Amino acid sequence: MKLDQTRAPLYEAMKEHRLNRVVPFDVPGHKGGRGNAVLSDFLGADCLKNDVNSMKPLDNLCHPVSVIKEAQEICADAFGAENSFFIVNGATGAVQAMIMSVCKAGEKIILPRNVHRSAINALVVCGAVPVYVDPGENKQLGIPLGMTPEAVEKAIEENPDAKAVLVNNPTYYGICSNLKAIVDIAHRHGLMALCDEAHGTHFYFGKDLPPSGMSCGADMCAVSVHKTGGSLTQSAVLLMGKNVDPDYVRQIINLTQTTSASYLLMVSLDLARRNLAQHGAEFYEKTVSFADYARSEINKTGGYYAFGEELCNGADFYAFDRTKLSVHTREIGLAGIEVYDLLRDEYGIQIEFGDIGNILAIITGGDRALEIERLLGALSEIKRLYSRSPVGLFDHEYINPIVVTTPQQAFYAEQETMPIEKTAGRVCSEFVMCYPPGIPILAPGERITEDILDYIKFAKEKGCNVTGCRDMKVEYLQVIK
Amino acid sequence: MELWFTENHTSGVKFSIKIKEHLVSEQSEFQKIDILDSFDFGKILVLDGCLMLTEKDEKIYHEMITHVPLSVNPNIRRVLVIGAGDGGTIRELCRFKSVEHIDMVEIDRRVVELCREYLPQTTCSLDDKRVHIYYEDGLKFVRGAENEYDLIIVDSTDPFGPGEGLFTKEFYGNCYKALKADGILVNQHESTFYDEYAQAMKRAHSRIKSFFPIALVYQAHIPTYPSGHWLFGFASKKYHPVDDFNAEWWLSQELKTYYYNRFVHIGCFALPQNVRDVLRETKGADL
Repeated sequence: MKLDQTRAPLYEAMKEHRLNRVVPFDVPGHKGGRGNAVLSDFLGADCLKNDVNSMKPLDNLCHPVSVIKEAQEICADAFGAENSFFIVNGATGAVQAMIMSVCKAGEKIILPRNVHRSAINALVVCGAVPVYVDPGENKQLGIPLGMTPEAVEKAIEENPDAKAVLVNNPTYYGICSNLKAIVDIAHRHGLMALCDEAHGTHFYFGKDLPPSGMSCGADMCAVSVHKTGGSLTQSAVLLMGKNVDPDYVRQIINLTQTTSASYLLMVSLDLARRNLAQHGAEFYEKTVSFADYARSEINKTGGYYAFGEELCNGADFYAFDRTKLSVHTREIGLAGIEVYDLLRDEYGIQIEFGDIGNILAIITGGDRALEIERLLGALSEIKRLYSRSPVGLFDHEYINPIVVTTPQQAFYAEQETMPIEKTAGRVCSEFVMCYPPGIPILAPGERITEDILDYIKFAKEKGCNVTGCRDMKVEYLQVIK
Repeated sequence: MELWFTENHTSGVKFSIKIKEHLVSEQSEFQKIDILDSFDFGKILVLDGCLMLTEKDEKIYHEMITHVPLSVNPNIRRVLVIGAGDGGTIRELCRFKSVEHIDMVEIDRRVVELCREYLPQTTCSLDDKRVHIYYEDGLKFVRGAENEYDLIIVDSTDPFGPGEGLFTKEFYGNCYKALKADGILVNQHESTFYDEYAQAMKRAHSRIKSFFPIALVYQAHIPTYPSGHWLFGFASKKYHPVDDFNAEWWLSQELKTYYYNRFVHIGCFALPQNVRDVLRETKGADL
């Protein structure tokens, strides 16, 4: 890091603005909270007073020339990037900006199918054509893994006109691909290398963690700082390497991002970056020690399997993100979503997600030992009180898709509404996914199969939050005519 | 100059004791520990600003949390005590010759060390051969135990701070597992007079109730605790605290007490109407 990481230019400017007691005849209309006393009471008066709009001394995210520009430069420096943009629409906004910056309508992008919906959404919007690489699958856990460099190379050779490769690294479960090798292959063939690092902020600041996208030479990375980096929900950064024109990317971002970016979100990025640059190493050391401890205690409990680095195979499970506490639950006869619901409803513990066979708890240095013990105590109780035979539980999270047409063509095609049980064999024109984790079971343009319909039925029965469809009850699906 | 210790019993109620000397003030890994010497209550232990014990009235609490379960089942041999860093509960347990083994689990080593130095009145039995001290999280300790104890005593701080995990469903469930088939669980159960304590008390009671067929509440009058009226929980897989009370056995032990006696044992389960009303609001209440 070359720049002064103790600075926080946006934070400093906002503090000074408060001291100047400028009379607000601009938006927001709550006027420092006086116009909405209940909200001000609830969130705290300081929060409302800091909820300001762009103005000369505070710069403008759409056209940064002063304090936001400076904050973004220091941020880029902290992450080892050439340039960075603050994003106030989550990593979703950053992922879409990456894809739309490198692909136009009809151009190909190589990506694994187990991406977050935000990536495929971008394809619906911009009309790029996905070339899916099968992620490997761990049969025991039933979860999709990462792409191998060989599979990426094969996809490039079969699609020499492709423009970019997108890697999701780490996956929600903490599984990493051989990022360096994939980036090198992409570059060797003249493709841009993009990295969805929504769950990987810590890779930039922790010690002994898998390498970050920028350190592997990726051209652009979408980093969800709010997830594990300590900024406010919905804030993220888009990182760029030296082969990317930041001015073009800014134009792309401005196609869809708000012109009234929240200063609460932006200042949270400025302060999170400063904190991570100064204290990130200790913060993530504490995170890893909590997660390692929890893994070993859960595995001692038996029944559960809190997996980790022992599954690394040098290929589709190249590395494991040890900050993630991913636990396989099928052997105690409970779907992940059932354990997830029990933890919240019976024990007052909210975890990140439960899917068919696994749960994921997000651990950070912001946790305390006593809360880790509560999670472990509750998991041990759930096993004692609720475990049963695993017979009849679905054993895989991921079904390889049969792609018939592009997401954009399918989404905008002539379509009809059909009862879901009658749709086998038809081509879906919308998304179906459990949220979280938000990895589509069906994306627009994919063939519906009996296996997929069984999966959706099982997920609904177990209480997964099935989303994406026009019919919010998921009794009907939109299919291409 | 006058020096006063003040604890906020609620945001609108203060309780103050005139202090002779502030003996210790230390921030441990878990909490702020203060020990003070007062004119009227002797030495006082304060954790995170909350009064834990005074030399003048600690016996009420410590006798009631131990003599009640022990005189219901004289065959109690193995006891687990969670918390209790001041040693008062251990002192009372050690007075019973029938008790063979005591595991004490206290998360904060510094509480024990400082109490040993300044509060010998309560720590006097910590070196008894039957006592085994573990400095770790109570929830973690019970998670690893199964069918081991005749009695578990939860001598915790309030459910805000390091003692938080000791008021949870996962804790009581793990205690159930750690107890033998005729095991008894006794816990510090807050109070009902002020709303914020009443909420914690109700939650704890309904959680205990969900595991144990017998779950009752008993009371004591402790002048230095908020409202002066304090509650304990008695839960068992088998014994009823009044029907199975063995007064003859307790008398045969010839223990001199300050507060507990065989009449108090019966009477402490006779709860005032306002406490019964609060308990009735809890899920599955049994009065």
